[in-house]
Amino acid sequence: MARPSPAKIGIGIVRTDAPQKLTGTAKYIDDYKIPGCLHAATLRTTIAHGRIKKITFDPAFPWHQFAIARAADIPGLNNVLFIENDQPLLTEDKVMHPMQPILIVGHQDRAQAYEALKHIAVEYAEENPVFSIKDSLARRQLLRGEDNIFKKFLIEKGNLDDGFSQADLIVEGEYKVPHQEQAYIENHGIAAWVENDGTIVVRGSLQCPYYVHKALVKIFNRPPEKIRVINAVTGGAFGGKEDYPSLIAGHAALLALKSGKPVKLIYDRAEDMAATTKRHPAIIKHKTGVSKNGKLLAQDITVFMDGGAFATCSGVVLSRGTLHATGPYECPNVRVRSCVLATNTPPNGAFRGFGVPQTIFAAELQMEKIAAALNLSSLELRRRNSWKVGTITSTGQELKESVGASKCLELCVKKARYDKKRKEYARWNADPGKPTWKGIGLALCHHGAGFTGSGETILASRAAVSLLKDGRIKILTAATDIGQGAGTIFTQIAAQALGMPASLIQIEIPDTALVPNSGPTVASRTTMVIGRLIERAAEQLKNELMKSTGKVPQDRTALKKAARLLCDGRSAKRFEVQYEKPADITWDDDLYHGEAYGVFSYAAIAVSLEVDRLTYEIKVRKVTTAQDIGKAINPTLAKGQIMGGTNQALGYALLEYADFRGGWMRNSQFTNYVIPTFADTPPMDVFLVEEPYSRGPYGAKGLGEMPMDLPAPAVVSAVHDATSFWFNEIPVRPEHICSELIKAQRPL
Amino acid sequence: MISLTVNGKKRNYKGPPFKRLIDVLREDFGLTGTKEGCGEGECGACTVLLDGKPAASCLIPVCQVQGRKVETVEGLGNPERLNPLQKSFAEHAGVQCGFCTPGILMTASRMKKTDAESVRIGLAGHLCRCTGYMHIVESVTKTPKGRKR
Amino acid sequence: MRGAPLSMTVLRPQSAEEAVSLFADNPSAKPLAGGTDYMVLWNMGGANGQCLLDLSGVKEWRTIRKTAAGLSIGALVTHAELRDDPVLRREFPLLARAAAVVGAEQIQNRGTLGGNIANASPAADTFPALAVYEATVKTVSRKGTRSLPLLQTFSGVKKTNLEPGELITAIDIPYLPKRPHRQLFRKVGTRAAMAISKTVAAALVWLERDRTVCELRFALGSMAPTVRRLKAAEEFVKGKRLTAEVAAVACELLKNDVSPIDDIRSTAEYRLRVSRNLLSDFLLS
Repeated sequence: MARPSPAKIGIGIVRTDAPQKLTGTAKYIDDYKIPGCLHAATLRTTIAHGRIKKITFDPAFPWHQFAIARAADIPGLNNVLFIENDQPLLTEDKVMHPMQPILIVGHQDRAQAYEALKHIAVEYAEENPVFSIKDSLARRQLLRGEDNIFKKFLIEKGNLDDGFSQADLIVEGEYKVPHQEQAYIENHGIAAWVENDGTIVVRGSLQCPYYVHKALVKIFNRPPEKIRVINAVTGGAFGGKEDYPSLIAGHAALLALKSGKPVKLIYDRAEDMAATTKRHPAIIKHKTGVSKNGKLLAQDITVFMDGGAFATCSGVVLSRGTLHATGPYECPNVRVRSCVLATNTPPNGAFRGFGVPQTIFAAELQMEKIAAALNLSSLELRRRNSWKVGTITSTGQELKESVGASKCLELCVKKARYDKKRKEYARWNADPGKPTWKGIGLALCHHGAGFTGSGETILASRAAVSLLKDGRIKILTAATDIGQGAGTIFTQIAAQALGMPASLIQIEIPDTALVPNSGPTVASRTTMVIGRLIERAAEQLKNELMKSTGKVPQDRTALKKAARLLCDGRSAKRFEVQYEKPADITWDDDLYHGEAYGVFSYAAIAVSLEVDRLTYEIKVRKVTTAQDIGKAINPTLAKGQIMGGTNQALGYALLEYADFRGGWMRNSQFTNYVIPTFADTPPMDVFLVEEPYSRGPYGAKGLGEMPMDLPAPAVVSAVHDATSFWFNEIPVRPEHICSELIKAQRPL
Repeated sequence: MISLTVNGKKRNYKGPPFKRLIDVLREDFGLTGTKEGCGEGECGACTVLLDGKPAASCLIPVCQVQGRKVETVEGLGNPERLNPLQKSFAEHAGVQCGFCTPGILMTASRMKKTDAESVRIGLAGHLCRCTGYMHIVESVTKTPKGRKR
Repeated sequence: MRGAPLSMTVLRPQSAEEAVSLFADNPSAKPLAGGTDYMVLWNMGGANGQCLLDLSGVKEWRTIRKTAAGLSIGALVTHAELRDDPVLRREFPLLARAAAVVGAEQIQNRGTLGGNIANASPAADTFPALAVYEATVKTVSRKGTRSLPLLQTFSGVKKTNLEPGELITAIDIPYLPKRPHRQLFRKVGTRAAMAISKTVAAALVWLERDRTVCELRFALGSMAPTVRRLKAAEEFVKGKRLTAEVAAVACELLKNDVSPIDDIRSTAEYRLRVSRNLLSDFLLS
């Protein structure tokens, strides 16, 4: 008997792409030298709403040196197919937002391409624009359908009137969250060319190769095998490279087709921020009925999101936000109504958390307000209501396993010494001689992993493990490594399933010509859903190896030998598996009832901060968080995800503000759209809680998005703890504290 | 013609004098390890060492580099032989998407004080959106001392 | 990247004399020092087709010199050099501290004091320190040399009183009276580092033993189109004992010398309140 192979999971192995990324040899899209390529630039609309009347090219400009692609050059649909068909690849007539692409110009010299844009004049007939949720809801101008609504949802559980009539106390609140920019450090970029056989190839910075593929098939009216999408090393995405790359790929490929030359289309920071998607702003209203002993009896929640000009994935963002709107709390009577509205701003889209940071912000602050009204600690209020095994959620889903909510909460408050800190800070704040006010705030959240409802069934994702006849093992998946470490995680899962050293396993480049459609790299699904497929495929390979050789090879030589046997003359033997819906999961899309998610992950956070008494500057001093992710395949990478997401959320809470005026983001630069630096970021204590999920690989469930969901309400609570002011809107900036102090006429 | 030393090698550049150093490195010398993140000196991704000091190569016209020494990430180590700083970044997960990494490595490679607080201040000119910075700070503070970093 | 290298003309003087002469012959040229502001604009495509006077070859203006009266800081001395200079740190610590919070390391190694002054940003972090040190800006042109008090160097947002063909050669700072004083430098930015100031203060005060003010110098940046000394407050406290009442009146007078605005970074209300807090705290602590 061979000894059992040492564990490959649950350990923090070095990420597989580290050597390349640390030496500048990893190739991002702009690092590819493409001989003879044209650099493209995009002419964009300058008005928010109206029509293009006329486009004039400066007759004195040497246009013969430039390639130009326009809507009329599109062989197929002038639409970027995603969930709906409403977003044109290039604007022909109707203008719905500023920065909408009109045409693409290319030149060998990047600066010349931009220069050309200055020599094209566009005349418009302007129409009244709509910029706010309020104005869109009031139909001040009809942008879409009969009500400006992209999508709406209703969740009902129990009887709301009964719940409110039993309540001892009713608490109401209204909360508001702004746009947020993903701010990946690598801007968007795509290269495109046309092969001799007519295949259109695009390579770029993107997170969902098959989304781009699907859009290009329609735009170019070509059979799927004549479109090839390749993922370059991608310098961060966070949802921002989920759908927008389909536009850029369409633009680059169209110009490549028109000019017969390869094309690079690389955005600079200003264009990237101003033109591409943001997190949806939202207004969320809560009305909650509670008993005097702090049990939730009724939750009536209304969610409004600003979708921007086109549908993109707004409906799905809204869906997820809606499904998380109650917070991870039991309540017998619930109504959640939600809608996402059209405005004349660039479309909002996917961003880590995908609707949940918005609704959890409201839900958690509402818990604080309720606790204050009951004169109960918010920790105790959470304890009395948080989800546990057996809870029935707002959609009627019974939680059967892996519910780590209270474990996270208790661990977090213990590690943060929450009760002690509260008392200590109260003493500090009472002393007028201190230079700061101190505060600590708490939040708890859940995050459904994988696609919502029947989403995973519809996606029917595939992934494979392939044994090549030269003895290499390759993991074939379209799930991309956008920095989160997916490639390393997959390698560890396959190594564990095979009982083989991770060094014998490689990841294939996500290239639609080489890998099966694993669905998009989104929704905290990559480890849990695709990881499980890879585990199953690797198990199949292991079984074959055992059958034919009686053991699993442990080195390259043995593997080569086994490969010759198994491949039997072919270049590779491929084990491909597909997602199968578990029989006991049901979901009703019309009633919004049933198993919204296969499982939820959970997290609790405590944020300590100080407010300067002279300048009101807010300095976060410490973050303590406990997160239940089922199983950490790689604890080091898991902590990296948690700390990174947490910091994005600290930016959301305190710094980040996209200054939209007239439908334009006026601060589309890193100088003025301010994200946290090293010096802003506090030390973080991260604790992993592992409540295993029976259907995840080795118990793992979703992780990527949740860290973004909960810091903002904890920050606002901490600011309240420090200053006694409640803020219902983020970011909370020193200016807001200053205004409140002036209003309160409180001395220094 | 502009002459400069890049990673210890003499290089001559014959193009227009007002081309940015980052573009000369990437396009003329094929050193694509240096990245552009913002073009305004805010993100630090393009940081190289100019006469041993960190500088944003997106804000330097090459004419200002005549006769000077430039060091880029390509001069630190290679995938088969990472230097101690790079090794520490690998071991402590100081890299995620990797786009900010070359610039951070350059600044960190010349850092004299490597306690956590000094690292946070010393690297404040680098934005990273992936890591939340903790693992990067750890990577620098835990790099073995006393050897060429 | 939208800058077009081929559209640019670069003049590359190798000495101060040559720089003056080239500038005189090409008065529309833009002097380029560390480039940390100019290049941002150029990268955005906002400066194509221009002629530049690249001062990087001018060695004469790169040193900090000790004179009988004080320090003479060459126009091309970088913020990193100011930050690290031992004499400056000892004699003019407010300027050294201000230089240490201009952008971050990569900017401090490139941006120069002369370039900073010529750029005339209302938010420049070094200006309040220079204002309380009563610095003089030395210039040269084909017509000869000039000395401008710092406050008279600026005429508005990003505007100076420098004439075409005129270059900054040095910034002179006189030694402070050798008597004990208290001092303040405080930058309040949009975040903890790499920030543009919402308000930035530098101050010096000389007090008698009984807390009577001999002299107060208090300067603020980001509070008006140009850096401002709080003349009214400074005059008012002179010769008075620093009581809470006196400080309160000084804080009230602060607004006479500034005109803060609402912008993307902050609000007028905040800027005023925080500046007053800083003044009050400085006077009373």
